[in-house]
Amino acid sequence: HKEPPPGAEAYIPQRFPDNRIVSSKYTFWNFIPKNLFEQFRRIANFYFLGIFLVQLIIDTPTSPVTSGLPLFFVITVTAIKQGYEDWLRHKADCSLNECPADVVQRGKVVRTQSHKLRVGDIVMVREDETFPCDLILLSSSRPDGTCYVTTTSLDGESSHKTYYAVPDTMAFRTEREVDSLHATIECEQPQPDLYKFVGRISIYRGREEPVARPLGAENLLLRGATLKNTQHIYGTVAVYTGMETKMALNYQSKSQKRSAVEKSMNAFLIVYLCILISKAVINTVLKYAWQWSPDRDEPWYNHRTENERQRHVVIRALTDFLAFMVLFNYIIPVSMYVTVEMQKFLGSYFITWDEEMFDEELGEGAQVNTSDLNEELGQVEYVFTDKTGTLTENNMEFIECCVDGNVYIPHAICNGQILSAASSIDMIDSSPGGYRREHEDLFFRALCLCHTVQVKEEVTVDGIKRGLHQGRPTSFYISSSPDEVALVEGMKRLGYTYLRLKDNYMEILNKDDEIERFELLHVLNFDSVRRRMSVIVKSSSGEYLLFCKGADSSIFPRVVSGKVEQVKARVEQNAVEGLRTLCVAYRRLLESEYEEACHHLSEAKLALQDREHRLAQAYDIIERDFVLLGATAVEDRLQEKAADTIESLHKAGMKVWVLTGDKMETAAATCYASKLFRRSTQILELTKKRTEEQSLHDVLFELNRTVLRQCSISGLSIDCLDFGLIIDGATLSAVLKPNQDGTGHSNYREIFLEICRNCSAVLCCRMAPLQKAQIVKLIKASKEHPITLAIGDGANDVSMILEAHVGIGIMGKEGRQAARNSDYAIPKFKHLKKMLLVHGHYYYIRIAELVQYFFYKNVCFIFPQFLYQFFCGFSQQPLYDTAYLTLYNISFTSLPILLYSLVEQHVTVETLKREPVLYRDIAKNSLLRWPVFLYWTCLGVLDAVIFFFGAYFLFDNTTFTSNGQMFGNWTFGTLVFTVLVFTVTLKLALDTHHWTWINHFVIWGSLLFYVIFSLLWGGIIWPFLNYQRMYYVFMQMLSSGPAWLSIILLIMISLLPDVVKKVLCRAMCPTATERAQVRHWHQLRNETEALYCLVPNFRMFFIVTYDNVNKLLC
Amino acid sequence: MMASSYSTKEEDGHPSGASSHGGPGAVKSKKPDNTAFKQQRLPAWQPILTAGTVLPAFFVIGLIFIPIGIGLYVTSNNIKEYEIDYTGADINSSCYSCAKSYSWNSTTSCVCSVEFILEQPFESNVFMYYGLSNFYQNHRRYVKSRDDSQLNGDQSALMNPSKECEPYRTSDGKPIAPCGAIANSLFNDTLELYYVDSNGTRNAVPLVKKGIAWYTDKHVKFRNPGGNNNLTVAFQGTAKPVNWAKPVYELDPSDPDNNGFINEDFIVWMRTAALPTFRKLYRIIQKKSSTTPTLPSGKYFLNITYNYPVLSFDGRKRVILSTISWMGGKNPFLGIAYITVGSMCFFLGVVLLIIHHKYDTRNSSADIPN
Repeated sequence: HKEPPPGAEAYIPQRFPDNRIVSSKYTFWNFIPKNLFEQFRRIANFYFLGIFLVQLIIDTPTSPVTSGLPLFFVITVTAIKQGYEDWLRHKADCSLNECPADVVQRGKVVRTQSHKLRVGDIVMVREDETFPCDLILLSSSRPDGTCYVTTTSLDGESSHKTYYAVPDTMAFRTEREVDSLHATIECEQPQPDLYKFVGRISIYRGREEPVARPLGAENLLLRGATLKNTQHIYGTVAVYTGMETKMALNYQSKSQKRSAVEKSMNAFLIVYLCILISKAVINTVLKYAWQWSPDRDEPWYNHRTENERQRHVVIRALTDFLAFMVLFNYIIPVSMYVTVEMQKFLGSYFITWDEEMFDEELGEGAQVNTSDLNEELGQVEYVFTDKTGTLTENNMEFIECCVDGNVYIPHAICNGQILSAASSIDMIDSSPGGYRREHEDLFFRALCLCHTVQVKEEVTVDGIKRGLHQGRPTSFYISSSPDEVALVEGMKRLGYTYLRLKDNYMEILNKDDEIERFELLHVLNFDSVRRRMSVIVKSSSGEYLLFCKGADSSIFPRVVSGKVEQVKARVEQNAVEGLRTLCVAYRRLLESEYEEACHHLSEAKLALQDREHRLAQAYDIIERDFVLLGATAVEDRLQEKAADTIESLHKAGMKVWVLTGDKMETAAATCYASKLFRRSTQILELTKKRTEEQSLHDVLFELNRTVLRQCSISGLSIDCLDFGLIIDGATLSAVLKPNQDGTGHSNYREIFLEICRNCSAVLCCRMAPLQKAQIVKLIKASKEHPITLAIGDGANDVSMILEAHVGIGIMGKEGRQAARNSDYAIPKFKHLKKMLLVHGHYYYIRIAELVQYFFYKNVCFIFPQFLYQFFCGFSQQPLYDTAYLTLYNISFTSLPILLYSLVEQHVTVETLKREPVLYRDIAKNSLLRWPVFLYWTCLGVLDAVIFFFGAYFLFDNTTFTSNGQMFGNWTFGTLVFTVLVFTVTLKLALDTHHWTWINHFVIWGSLLFYVIFSLLWGGIIWPFLNYQRMYYVFMQMLSSGPAWLSIILLIMISLLPDVVKKVLCRAMCPTATERAQVRHWHQLRNETEALYCLVPNFRMFFIVTYDNVNKLLC
Repeated sequence: MMASSYSTKEEDGHPSGASSHGGPGAVKSKKPDNTAFKQQRLPAWQPILTAGTVLPAFFVIGLIFIPIGIGLYVTSNNIKEYEIDYTGADINSSCYSCAKSYSWNSTTSCVCSVEFILEQPFESNVFMYYGLSNFYQNHRRYVKSRDDSQLNGDQSALMNPSKECEPYRTSDGKPIAPCGAIANSLFNDTLELYYVDSNGTRNAVPLVKKGIAWYTDKHVKFRNPGGNNNLTVAFQGTAKPVNWAKPVYELDPSDPDNNGFINEDFIVWMRTAALPTFRKLYRIIQKKSSTTPTLPSGKYFLNITYNYPVLSFDGRKRVILSTISWMGGKNPFLGIAYITVGSMCFFLGVVLLIIHHKYDTRNSSADIPN
């Protein structure tokens, strides 16, 4: 059964992988080379490696240790982290690969290990076991050849899905029978789509022609899914084993999104690289100009070695250039990357830890799938949201149905008990007649039959019928679409109960407690393009019926008779009320028509290529000439606090777009309910209805005029009338479609964008999933390049979630696909508010400060060295000792900024939530724009000049100590370095607005560490060092009074400009954030008895509320 | 890179049914802890820098800094300092001939002398410095050209000095002790000071040559090889630095505590200066009695044994006599800087006060907390 029989079609032997899952990246042997290679592919690491190598090769001012040690540290930490993660993966792989699997061999079930499975093996799986690889279902212990499966671990859908055995092998019961199977399976190459599979099985029976059967996704049991409610099944290892299974293919990482902050960081880096190179060039040139006279180049006291003298001048110049590069290379800090990465990684835990974003009902909190985009959450300008399941609960409730204009409302829900079937129908417009009676019957049956709902039986009940007969519902319905469940449940309340699907017969308990059986012949599944689904059934009387339900737009054009007008009116009315409507139609099929339909379908299903397309064509042919029956209305309530969230987003300056597949009226009603549109909003419509009357061109221009006129008028007044735009899918594609003449198309696009820019809210209805992504792309590419965020819960939102800068998935009812493909997943729409306004805001200010501060502190660090070159004959003499050069970025100044970037809160969480306006303060990357960057850099240069020349003038020809002894160059450097470390740390202390005990600990702790380290470093003769230049230098410096005075003075002078700038800015033109801070401060002062303590060094007041003290003590 | 890896961990680590059907136990375990840290609710002080809060601090700083500055300035002005340039670059100066006729090989030393008059008496201890200009002791090639192990008395380093000492590492195949450019260029002028009293007789001013180097340098960092017993033996097999007239163990034969590597003049020279213009402590003139000044006002005579050439690189040589206060030598910069910063803070305080009052009423957002 594994090899094709001789004479079959050409068989290309193919190497199949074994069933080993390898999610790990490294093996024990290749870890070091491969990991190093991966790490040095990063440009920054490569740069530092380059510097390190230069230091090794040529004679450079600093020892290779200074750059080698940090690099080694960074590389080791990263390698350990990655190694640990890989070890975890190895462990997980091992447990997966070694879990037992039952294989049928020579008619017997043999237990083996999962990784030993090969393509073609027949596997037996028992209930609640997980499939060891992708299997084709051959037979099941259930007599109808079906089995139930949950794919929770694959896509998060908890509902049971039904899979079908291949009809020809369905009857196999024993191992021996299964083992006798002789068949070949052809299938497509492995691909990651979980819901698509195309294949064909040819079964050989003796010498007969093989029987070919189509295989689809409904036959393929996926690795990782679990068998439920079925004792055992047999299946062949279809095609996909090991790394070719769909589960494994789905682990492949998605494309990387980069945040705006990262982009500006890279831009800054380039600037610094230019500064670095120009510094080195300037110094090299000056060096040679200065050395022109030989007395300067080689005075008698300072000769070169013979080797050096013989070197060519070009080589010497190049060496000098490289040496300068090495001397100044710290301006691009190796630790910044580590710190940024750590900040992002650790910082993202605050999102998952957030209790307020935890949903009790769902039992889950927010999820972070990528931490690279944390700060992007604070930069969002456009929010694209899905409607169903995102804005609304996706918790459907059947409201009413109408058959030919007669409205039926189930009352069952009113008093909380289920009434008898007959009394639950309330007929508003009752005029019973034969025709009507017939349509009514058909309508209810249609709704009972036309669905893909499963009945889930309660485990304790042995017979489902009994439970229902006694009027106690012991079973419930499950389906991937909540609408269907609502409809079937609604039907139940109206007296028609769908019992189950048994042996391809659907059983319905009708109003008169009789069981009606319909043979289910075909299901024409729902898809979002067609927007309808159909079933073909054969009634007990032998009639072939096609029932179809779907969106009105997809049904009405296919209707040939029925009370279209009445139904349409009702549908529209319901839509205005925000209800979701579906139309129901049917068609009687003649025997011949049925045969023809069967033919079309099976042909399409058998096709190996283009199956989707062919099926769609077949559906199109079959679904026509309907008789309209009626319509249903289902309510989907708004999610809790959806309106509040949208209002906050609006206030925060974000533009909210709703993209939905729903009807315009329904969607508009939801928009009003969720305050996306307010009563004052002037609605602009750009719909098919309007473009049918006028040409698209005219409509667009007219709307544009309206918007522009309004804005020019109201430009003076604050109360600018806001616009809301409604556009539908058809018009959108017309707008985006390239025109034939080639000139108009870009115009339309521009005008459309112009209109959109002036609208505070846009509603796009009747969108296909791909169109959603198109819109996001359109906005992303517009000339301001705004940051976009897409939020959705369903599979149809995945494309826009992937397209937008930030994709947020809602862990909704429609499965986990959106959440899995998103960057962040949250349980409810309302959590978006905290996610953006609080977390996004915090992350942005934190990382912005982190980036700016890092550049600042390294300018402060390196610029004095640059200045020193002018006083040491451009000899690349470092100002600071090697230990200081090495440890400055690693330990003296690294922790305070890392901590700041993790816990800083410039405004409290409550204020941020209460005042969404604060979000505007950081819009458009405001803290990382060039002027701000320039300010920080200039501040850095100024401080560096103060450090250097301060020390210079103090050292100028004088003595420092009371015993007349002199200091040397290392004391000079240490003085500058001490001032530097203190200034840079205190500058951060000045910027810190949220002083927790950890901040105190880290800031004062790192200063203390510096002092202790220096004392220790200079305290002993280090035996392993070949120089002792720092011996007692720090202590001697501290023993001199003027050194203390000058350290204090220089720190003051360097901090002064920044303090003055801060105070002046705050006083003259405070930002909204600063005002909020002050308000909060006053509030605190009024509420609790405040304690002021003036700390003159920092020139600020600390407020300690008793409350906080108490908390601290507890 | 990081986040994606930990999310996969979650997925393949526990494929348990993460769904709404999960029991209450599963719900509990997933719920984040309600700790102040995890919920970002740690108690915190929230200082803000407003004109109102910074104002008093500015005044206080002004009030503290200005007196300190005045004190420093006055102290600095009370320090007496006298400087004599004896380079001999100028044809009129007495050392001109010495400077011109200089050669390293000459065995006889050139002596010249300079006369000067102190207008005011120097009351307390007087410190005598020599100063060099345009001498790049901080040149990288120069700074690193030493072997600290050798100077610390290490035997192996003595016989095999560090590579950093090149090209002053060996001479005639023997290792140089002390090796390196710094040691080689040891300042070797001899300065003697005479007080010319009213009768015209020259009285030598006693110059103390101890206590000019750091205590730790003298006692820990610098050590003679093989103890202080017999330096001639200890340094056997080494060569003297090329520019030196005599070997290291003859630097001060009179005092074994000041000979060899622990010679204080040598230690002072070995501490490389930060800037190309520098001074180094040469001798101390101790105050003898409380009644007479250390250096009374009058005529002085400086006798120089001119050995050290500086004109080739445009250098200058100076002798500085200076008294010292608690804050070191004469340096008006610190005092002036303190006064400037103090008054600037005061001025800014006033400006802020105005701004504060002007904008405070407009914003009604910040008032003086007092």
